[in-house]
Amino acid sequence: MLRKVRLILATIFFLCITALFLDFTGTVHTYLSWMAKMQFIPAVLSLNAIVIVSLLVLTFVFGRLYCSVICPMGVFQDIISWIAGKTKKNRFTYSPAKSILRYVVLALYAVVVVLGIGIVIAVLDPYAAFGRIVNTMLQPLYELANNGLAAIAEHYNSYAFYKVDVWVRSISALAVAAVTLIVIAILAWRNGRTYCNTICPVGTLLGFVSKYSLLKPTIDTSKCNGCTLCQRNCKASCINAKEHTIDYSRCVSCGDCIEKCNKKAISYTFRKADKNGAVDSSEGIDNGKRSFIITAAAMATASSVKAQDKILDGGLAVILDKEAPSRKTRVVPAGSLSIDNFLSKCVGCQLCVSACPNNVLRPNMLQPEMSFEKGYCRPECTKCSEVCPAGAITLIDKAEKSSIQTGHAVWSMKNCVAFSDDVECGNCARHCPSGAITMVESPKSAHKIPVVNAERCIGCGACENLCPARPFSAIYVEGHEVHKYI
Amino acid sequence: MENSKNIITRRDFFKRLGAGMSTMALASCAGGNEEVIQSTTQSVGEMTYRTTPTTGDKVSILGYGMMRLPTKAGKSARDGGNTLADEIDQDMVNRLVDYAMEHGVNYYDTSPVYCQGKSEAATGIALSRHPRNSYYVATKLSNFSPTLWSREESIKMFENSLKNLQVDYVDYLLLHSVGNGGMETFQKRYLDNGILDWLAEQRAKGRIRNLGFSFHGDIRVYDYLLSVHDKYKWDFVQIQYNYVDCIQAKGTDNRSIDGDYLYNELVKRGIPAVIMEPLLGGRLSKLPTHIVERLKQRRPEDSVASWAFRFAGSPSGILTVLSGMTYMEHLQDNIRTYSPLDVLTDEENMFLAETAKLILKYPTIPCNDCKYCMPCPYGIDIPAILLHYNKCVNEGNMPKSSMDAEYAKQRRAFLVGYDRNVPKLRQADHCIGCNQCVHHCPQNIQIPEKLRMIDGFVEDLKQERI
Repeated sequence: MLRKVRLILATIFFLCITALFLDFTGTVHTYLSWMAKMQFIPAVLSLNAIVIVSLLVLTFVFGRLYCSVICPMGVFQDIISWIAGKTKKNRFTYSPAKSILRYVVLALYAVVVVLGIGIVIAVLDPYAAFGRIVNTMLQPLYELANNGLAAIAEHYNSYAFYKVDVWVRSISALAVAAVTLIVIAILAWRNGRTYCNTICPVGTLLGFVSKYSLLKPTIDTSKCNGCTLCQRNCKASCINAKEHTIDYSRCVSCGDCIEKCNKKAISYTFRKADKNGAVDSSEGIDNGKRSFIITAAAMATASSVKAQDKILDGGLAVILDKEAPSRKTRVVPAGSLSIDNFLSKCVGCQLCVSACPNNVLRPNMLQPEMSFEKGYCRPECTKCSEVCPAGAITLIDKAEKSSIQTGHAVWSMKNCVAFSDDVECGNCARHCPSGAITMVESPKSAHKIPVVNAERCIGCGACENLCPARPFSAIYVEGHEVHKYI
Repeated sequence: MENSKNIITRRDFFKRLGAGMSTMALASCAGGNEEVIQSTTQSVGEMTYRTTPTTGDKVSILGYGMMRLPTKAGKSARDGGNTLADEIDQDMVNRLVDYAMEHGVNYYDTSPVYCQGKSEAATGIALSRHPRNSYYVATKLSNFSPTLWSREESIKMFENSLKNLQVDYVDYLLLHSVGNGGMETFQKRYLDNGILDWLAEQRAKGRIRNLGFSFHGDIRVYDYLLSVHDKYKWDFVQIQYNYVDCIQAKGTDNRSIDGDYLYNELVKRGIPAVIMEPLLGGRLSKLPTHIVERLKQRRPEDSVASWAFRFAGSPSGILTVLSGMTYMEHLQDNIRTYSPLDVLTDEENMFLAETAKLILKYPTIPCNDCKYCMPCPYGIDIPAILLHYNKCVNEGNMPKSSMDAEYAKQRRAFLVGYDRNVPKLRQADHCIGCNQCVHHCPQNIQIPEKLRMIDGFVEDLKQERI
């Protein structure tokens, strides 16, 4: 019974969370982003007390059901382990807890969280690791399949599907995801829940609570015939059949042993709580002053396509791909409050990257930043702030968005087509949603040039994206360390 | 050209030709009786021919425009692209030309700039497989770029045309698209470099059999060229002529698209007219449903396009009507319309005038997808944007208010269709308004203005402001 319920719930959670990372239309996020917000580390980072308390209470009552149902990485390991078990039955053995390793990792992780070293938080958080795997490896396949459907839909004049751009947003994020996938998959294939019970900080932390949980599987020694079937089917390697003991700090309440036992010697029942284990909820956030900001080289030398003379009719001019300028300060989405806040809370799960419909967000290492080669941060979109589970991007509405200054535009004369192509342009001014750019006469050119009123600029990147100069735009956005309302 | 010495109105024209028409109609009736079941793609009789006054050429009323040749991907070669599939499908061109020749089409019109410069050679390959005296080939002096305005470059262009077409002489040579850029451009392209006189010499030598020009744009250039007819003796002139422009020009002083004015000026001087844009680049074929119904109701077995072709071919001063036929179906349909031409009746003319008024109620942009504006130096796919807009106008996918029942559906159709038809990088928001395209547009569309309007509309839809 426990196993069946667990399987059903785990399947629902797993599929829904995977869908969150696959969907690029923003449809499922409206209904399902609460599932990301239920994840433990994001909840800790966003100081979401309700979720933290609920998860601790859940663990106190049912044991580490969180690891078996809610955590997508836990369920993913179960799936790998289940496939491995198809060929080799009864393959697990009992092993003593690697307590020292677990506590050291947890302690270090707590320090990292307190210090707000986002990149380390990001690598070890199981939810974020899963998100990265799906976002970097599965979403492109999903998009390719969608593009296939779009081609068919186009053939039948249907507007149900539309084509999307499939591109690798960051090699580093892809590499980290690939390594994570390989390591986790090998561990799960061989020994089930090794990661959860040695490295995973969430597993260790919840283990403290589950030791004292109200409901837990117990072995009835009067019924047990010592066959060790339970031990050999425990993916957490936490059943010592000889001693008739279960290490509840590692048990994930999966119910496999209960179903395996031929003698019905194991039952999931209320057990008198020994002591209520002190809950370690000391994980706080300190926005200490840190500087993540790389002082990068000055503007890259830029060249732009010289407009060609028309000799033949028809055909399309070649368009060079835009290249990202090296920004002194990175641009993070409206709602991030500040770069410090963003970097200390972001777990690098890539949910915002998956959800960004304008191809603006992409990971820099693991934590996302904005860049405008493929699109710009459109005024009507607040998707990233809606989905972020970790409080790195706080919830904002459209009205707020248009008044939050995430950066400001900078004009570079040598790239501007008013000089390089000798033409009248003004496309930046025309598309600035906040009216921060105006075209003025210039003593150096026969054409008008743009000037930026930095006080009104919100850093959305419309100017940078729509600037005709390529590969480097003549107007680009510099981020602000602290976002302010204008 | 029996009527070409007089100005004619459609009414006069019918009075004079009435007798001839009834004979023709009887002939086609007789043919019809023999065959009870008739395939709609088969022609019913002989192609109609017209004769030039100066050279006595007997030219088929259907002329083949080589501007929209098919590609291997099955599209029009004007759509651009540099992959193998975007190459002209020469086998198909050969088949189309063979079929056309077989059914009496003997006028083939190309230009050095068409299909990104590949049309002439493809035309040459297809036509050289037929006896030289079985076809008339027309090409143009298309020195649009100021870098090609010199006498040497222009002569090189003409000699190159002969080579591409694999011929020793050109039957019809046109000054390409005079009027665009006004008198100033005309002066620089053809007069200052003495090239017009050079061309007249070539005509005298027999390397050009008929000399003429194609007109778009500034009417002053047209009037000027006709005023010097005595000097240059134009053998023919190519004009835009269709039932919508003729009606649209009425009541305005925009003579440049007034087909009746352009035509009558030629008739006055006995110059035969070659017609371009009879179908407005397919716009008069792709009509809103209720207008299609109106036309089909009158002649259920005839295509929508056939009305436009009958209109363009009916006046007797018209030598040939050009159609850029990409597909075999277009060719078959046009051959059927013109074999023989069933001249419009007065009543049918009135009916088309009313139809034109209905068409003009739709706020479409008069783009005929000729792609003269392309390539845009900034990569914008101008015709694709305008055509998508027109398609949505004609199909009623123009969301007007978020209160409409169909709003969500129409909004999606417009936006998804926009991304589908035009890659994001080539959409209207990337237009910088440099205005370089404007003087290339034969229809005088204020392109940047229109792109800005469409961009604004797209923004409104995206931000759900309407």
